[in-house]
Amino acid sequence: MSLNRKDLLGLEHLDKKDLQTVLDSVKPFKGLFTRSVKKAPTLIGKTVATLFYEPSTRTRNSFEIAAKRLSADVINVTVNTSSVVKGESLVDTGKTLEAMKADYLIIRHSLAGAPDILARNLNASVINAGDGFHEHPTQGLLDLYTMYEKKKKIDGLKVLLVGDILHSRVAKSNIWALTKMGAEVAVAGPPTLIPPNIEDLGVKVYYDLDEAVKKVDVVNILRIQLERQQENLFPSVHEYVELYQLTKERLAMAKPEVLIMHPGPMNRGIEISSDVADSPNAVINEQVTNGIAVRMAVLYLLKPKRKDASSN
Amino acid sequence: MPDIILDTKAFQSAVSKISREISNDNKNIRETAVVGIQNKGVFLAKRILAGIAKLAEVDISQIPFGTLDVTLYRDDLDNFDSKMPVIKDTVIPFDMSRKNIILVDDVLCTGRTVRAALDVLMNFGRPKSIQLAVLVDRGFRELPIEARYIGIKYQSRALIRIKCKETDGVDRVTFIK
Amino acid sequence: MRLQIKNIEIVDPLQKKDSTGDIFIENGRIVSKFLNNADKVVDGKGKIAVPGLIDVHSHLREPGEEGKETIYTGTRAAAKGGITTVFCMPNTKPVIDNAPTVEFVLLKAQKEGLVNVFPIGCATKGSHGAELSEVGVLKKAGIVAVSDDGLPISNSQIMRRTLEYTKMFKLPVISHSEDKELSKNGVMNEGKNSMVLGLRGIPKQSEEVMVSRDIMLAELTGGYLHVAHVSTAGSVDLVRQAKRKGIKVTAETCPHYFTLTDDVVRVYNANTKMNPPLREQEDIDAIKQGLADGTIDCIATDHAPHMQEEKNREFDLAPFGIIGFETILSLILNELVDTGVLSLSEAISKMTSNPAKIFNLEGRGTLKEGSIADITIINPKYSYEFKKENIVSKSKNSPFIGRQFKGGAVMTIVAGNIVWQV
Repeated sequence: MSLNRKDLLGLEHLDKKDLQTVLDSVKPFKGLFTRSVKKAPTLIGKTVATLFYEPSTRTRNSFEIAAKRLSADVINVTVNTSSVVKGESLVDTGKTLEAMKADYLIIRHSLAGAPDILARNLNASVINAGDGFHEHPTQGLLDLYTMYEKKKKIDGLKVLLVGDILHSRVAKSNIWALTKMGAEVAVAGPPTLIPPNIEDLGVKVYYDLDEAVKKVDVVNILRIQLERQQENLFPSVHEYVELYQLTKERLAMAKPEVLIMHPGPMNRGIEISSDVADSPNAVINEQVTNGIAVRMAVLYLLKPKRKDASSN
Repeated sequence: MPDIILDTKAFQSAVSKISREISNDNKNIRETAVVGIQNKGVFLAKRILAGIAKLAEVDISQIPFGTLDVTLYRDDLDNFDSKMPVIKDTVIPFDMSRKNIILVDDVLCTGRTVRAALDVLMNFGRPKSIQLAVLVDRGFRELPIEARYIGIKYQSRALIRIKCKETDGVDRVTFIK
Repeated sequence: MRLQIKNIEIVDPLQKKDSTGDIFIENGRIVSKFLNNADKVVDGKGKIAVPGLIDVHSHLREPGEEGKETIYTGTRAAAKGGITTVFCMPNTKPVIDNAPTVEFVLLKAQKEGLVNVFPIGCATKGSHGAELSEVGVLKKAGIVAVSDDGLPISNSQIMRRTLEYTKMFKLPVISHSEDKELSKNGVMNEGKNSMVLGLRGIPKQSEEVMVSRDIMLAELTGGYLHVAHVSTAGSVDLVRQAKRKGIKVTAETCPHYFTLTDDVVRVYNANTKMNPPLREQEDIDAIKQGLADGTIDCIATDHAPHMQEEKNREFDLAPFGIIGFETILSLILNELVDTGVLSLSEAISKMTSNPAKIFNLEGRGTLKEGSIADITIINPKYSYEFKKENIVSKSKNSPFIGRQFKGGAVMTIVAGNIVWQV
């Protein structure tokens, strides 16, 4: 059982076998959650550093609890976004953390490729916790696992991603994972928020949500960033709600046992109506629980580069 | 042809012997539970479970049974280069407190697996006692751990292979030259 | 000083010459023969002599950014690459929009330079794109063209005036054609790769919109337009049509635009980041076609040195540009000549006779008798790996590190002096 890699930078780089390996490894970690002691000594003596250049409490908490349940020591570093340009360079910050003996470095950055640059320059395992508009691989894996857990398979599943595909690393990671595992993936949103080349990834494009939602097994709704409106990518929240909010009426056209997913945090009443978010089809909280187990599995499967014991 | 340490007959009688000894030592069957260590320990544990149930004249469903995987508790995970061991199920579907746990594995050698298994069990609660049963004791202990019930002692540096009916179609212990 | 190169294949595009013979150099000029014996004889067997290569587009970074490159280091890198004349862009610190700065560059080049350095002056004051610079004064000081390279002249009226005003000096206006609004925040070609990488794209149209505008303004004014670093099939088409209509437009491309696609950006290596960005295979094909049919006149390096710490960081934050002096000739030989896109003579014309003609360089770009003895000696069998530790330029930002080459410059002669040899 192996991912055969030091870093997890994106799901683009994983093949079907790797994805299946992750799916197969999550259960024992989730099993730990039911014990009176929810911790295993797997990473005892190891150090996990989270390096966040973008605020995100939920992702950082999820990684932190995952690392702690594997008995690792955790240090959290938050870098003010404004100091990205002027402050210490990314590589130097990474090297400082490595000098503190961080074995795993979990990075969130507003610019795509920042994790790749760290991975090239460090021995530590680098895990991408979301970089710009690129990828958010552990979110992709937890979404994949949640679908797998509920539907028992991915192959042939009809999955619809709704919203701002252009700026969504979550969408990208979902698309890579799902298409590789044989799901039929479609995206829905206004043309200004759908990259023109997305069909090259084997994805169907819809501009009409009513059409897109028909007979789907899973709807994964993406958070809409309200600042996109200022960039003239959609005219108003009012119009966005009108065209793309997932409502009970729209959901009625999907399969009855459809799963409703959202990577959070939700804008209730904008991309998703409250009754849909709270419906029995919604597995949004289970995604959060699975996220911890998936991240534990990733920490278990990745291998930092072995350092020569004599060299410090 | 590999040398046979236990043939089918000897294998099965070793399991019976262990079951008898456990029965003798644990007269209060309601306080007894059996836990097998993944992988082959689970199959042996099921046989021992059947053995002690029969001796105590109760249905096997009356004796709590669990499985455990020690992977996440191993002390040698750093030695794996990239291929990590597959993690199997850990299922302890009963309350361990006030139970005498019969912990079953196929082979006892360094004692490190049992050490890890003890840590797993402790994370589920506080059993009254833990008693270790193994089919083969190969010696070469690295930790102060001994089995209470032993099928056969076979001290050898050579690797041995355990086959059992459930997974390999035959009960047999051989050593690999 | 009399230098004789014996038994060498001489390729001189201007004279349409390709024959084996001797080259005689006396007092820095090419002569037909010596009256006395030569002071020095070089055996040219198996090698090819071409006119010294002229690179019409580079950034020497001096004054102001000597950490990246200096005239000293840059001209050595150029000499190693077989280049005898470099044009340096005016986006230094301060910019070259005044005579003293032109004179500084020329003096520095005279003192420390190994090859000829010809400055390009700013088209507008401070390169702000708002007011014409003192083109006449700059011309007198020694510039060979004007450009705000690095930035476009976004205001069409200013571009019109620039093309109009420079006409009287016969100075080409080198256009960095980019619509800054279309390319806003972009860091690589817009397409599948930018989508997959999550990087903001620069559409090809951001170049083509401006090439198209500039051609129209050249037609309107009759000025001399030289389009810098053509990177797209669309731009090639626009220039081709303009030439057919008789508009005074010339164009250059760079080796990376006929060698690499944006696939190489895929690991966020900032040594693949330049402006305009690497495009796609169809663009490479069109650029090769444009070189072959004469639409594209010149091949230039756009040598843009940047320090390692500037490049080894977030792709978005790394500066645009790659070095090019030390790889241009080998890339032309391997990618264009060996593949049959151009004959050796055609390929060499893109760095000799064509730039000499476009930028009015007297006595350069040919091996004709009486011309200045700037000569590049090529060994077509010279095989080497382009290694980081062998880079002469002060900066090492090349996407070609590790590439295997066959054929390159083995001797560089400037005004009759051997300034570099392998």
